[in-house]
Amino acid sequence: MNAVVPIVDEPLSETVLVVPGMHCAGCMAKVERGLEQMPAVARARVNLTARQVRVAHHPDVSVPDLVAALEAIGFASQPRSEELGARPSAVKPLLAPLAVAGFAAMNVMLLSVSIWSGAEGGTRWLFHWLSALIGVPATAYAGWPFFASAWSALRRLRTNMDVPISIGVLLATALSLYETVTGGHTAWFDGTLMLLFFLLAGRTLDAMMRDRARAGVDALLRQAAPGAMVLTPGGKLEWLGAASLAPGMLMRVAAGERLAADGAIVSGRTALDQSLLTGESAPVRAEPGQAVHAGTLNLDAPIDVRVTAAGADTSLAEIARLMEAAGQARSAYVRIADRAARLYAPAVHSLALASFIGWMLMGAGAYQSTVIAIAVLIITCPCAIGLAVPVAQVVACGALMRAGIMVKDGSALERLAGVDRALIDKTGSLTLGRPVPDAAALAVLSERERGIALALASHSRHPLSRALADALIVGGHFPAALEDVREVPGYGVRGLWQGMPVALRRPEVAGRMAVALHVTDWPVRLIGFTDALRPDCCEALAQLTALGVQSSILSGDNAGAVAEVARLTGLTGQASASPRDKTDAIHRLQNGGHFVLMVGDGLNDGPALAAADASIAPGTASDVGRQAADVVFLGDSLSALPRAVRAARATLQVVRQNFALAVGYNVLAVPLAVLGHVTPLIAAVAMASSSILVIANSLRLARVA
Amino acid sequence: MTSLATLIPIALFLGLCSLGTFFWALRGGQFDDLEGAANRILIDEEPGERP
Repeated sequence: MNAVVPIVDEPLSETVLVVPGMHCAGCMAKVERGLEQMPAVARARVNLTARQVRVAHHPDVSVPDLVAALEAIGFASQPRSEELGARPSAVKPLLAPLAVAGFAAMNVMLLSVSIWSGAEGGTRWLFHWLSALIGVPATAYAGWPFFASAWSALRRLRTNMDVPISIGVLLATALSLYETVTGGHTAWFDGTLMLLFFLLAGRTLDAMMRDRARAGVDALLRQAAPGAMVLTPGGKLEWLGAASLAPGMLMRVAAGERLAADGAIVSGRTALDQSLLTGESAPVRAEPGQAVHAGTLNLDAPIDVRVTAAGADTSLAEIARLMEAAGQARSAYVRIADRAARLYAPAVHSLALASFIGWMLMGAGAYQSTVIAIAVLIITCPCAIGLAVPVAQVVACGALMRAGIMVKDGSALERLAGVDRALIDKTGSLTLGRPVPDAAALAVLSERERGIALALASHSRHPLSRALADALIVGGHFPAALEDVREVPGYGVRGLWQGMPVALRRPEVAGRMAVALHVTDWPVRLIGFTDALRPDCCEALAQLTALGVQSSILSGDNAGAVAEVARLTGLTGQASASPRDKTDAIHRLQNGGHFVLMVGDGLNDGPALAAADASIAPGTASDVGRQAADVVFLGDSLSALPRAVRAARATLQVVRQNFALAVGYNVLAVPLAVLGHVTPLIAAVAMASSSILVIANSLRLARVA
Repeated sequence: MTSLATLIPIALFLGLCSLGTFFWALRGGQFDDLEGAANRILIDEEPGERP
């Protein structure tokens, strides 16, 4: 905090950068220290939840300087655009009500204990008034999330979990207030506040899970380049933001830059990484005349591109719209707790009404009948039911997370439990999604050749070079000492080894993915690459079938590549599917009464991931794939699929048991309430113990994964 | 009875103090980045940095 600020007389300006690559303490320290080392930066503070860093700096420092400083320490970053500002947290609005409910429940409970143990007359009167003074404002504040949600449901003539909660809480508070004013014997402030506290705790747990999930659309738009260098008619180069690009402009895209708009190449030959759009990792050659899309990464050489579509007209924006539409369909899903409330609420309310009428008919006064009816409402208020779902889901999510499977929210577990069909993308989902050098081709190389290849490959960021370097490093090889190493765009890497020219380059004959290792005087070695199937792919698919989930392939790749994988896995497949074809295929299955699980990784899978009933993406997926999916698994093993489905089904079973426990407990207490024997003490004990029972049952899920 | 008259206000006052502190922390942004706060304890301070 006390970093030396070199320039103090001028006001600092503040910039927020989005740094998607941060995910641990080490990254945070690197980013903060890297920025604070710049003389003109006063403070840098990372927010890891939002993957952002807030920088206070001297106004002279421009945003590109900060981006370059982060680039130098290995983090890609972008200024946060205002229209895509941070999504509001779901937890934060619940924290204050939770704290108020906790404070009030504790203090009122303290007062209630002395009333239960026999406080009489003036003391009871004083304690009731104190409870009312704390309880009424606290109930109004802490109950607001429930009242608001119940009201919005009722206004649309629907009912949800919050309707019986709100009615119970409001009636009980009103009755307690009446008792307090008239100097009565019983007040229920402790019960209502405890109920609100437990329910808010459950809801906060649920919101914490949901907060980790960020909508796919803002990540998607963040992938588009913020702007481009535009060649003006006067021959000048000028930087224009993506919003100001228009069809007809000529943009110059350097190697390593992403395209900011759709267009056609005018001059320059290069290789493009279209994995963001197609999910296929192999670089694609591009020549003048060819159409290119926003979001594509230019790998090799600078190109000039004539813009044909910009902003909302690009194919990237089209996919964003498809995803948004698909996500809306899913939000129509009704959570299991709300489905339970549809049955529970009418039952409880008619029971309370029946006891009121019953006692009136038996000749009790209106006052006594009301007290009993409200006691019935309080004793049946779904306190444990409010915890039944979130606690089970949080415990299961924790277990899955330890197994390397990240579940984004509780409703994902509910939806995952019901799937009976799986559609799996090929590249990156069934396969590893990265090129792996052929073991046979590496085996024929001599030890010296491997050293040279490793040294050359380590100088390039080309995907094939990186794959080759990784494979050789894992194989325990050491790089040879090279001099004068240069990466030549569109060609490869060349250098000098013991005075002899050596090169790792593009092979002359194009065909499959390969690189050529050329050491002068030695024969040229061709190293082929393939995208291998995940190691336990077939076993995982067999387990899915055993769980009653039938799988098939849904890929955007060509028919030949899909047929090859289909043969190896024994699945049927659909090839050359566009993002819209994929969502159509899902809708067809859904209309046929199936619940569909989508497994995919690329941007082109984004709409399908959002449209399916549940979706899983590998951790290596594109940002969009990871954001759109409900579940993300780490590591290479596809066994995460059956494991997640099994865990989801086990969770659903425990949730059902929890409902049975909570309702069963109420069934025991309801006769007491109907007969008018329930005191606030009994209500408090029943509420607390049924909650503990439900939590204990949920903890059994700790080893579910 | 007289002890109650002092103890109850004290208890309520202390409770309100902690509630107020919580609200102050909430408004000050201390709950904005729970994930980051959990990770921050793992950052080693370099010698001589931020004394």
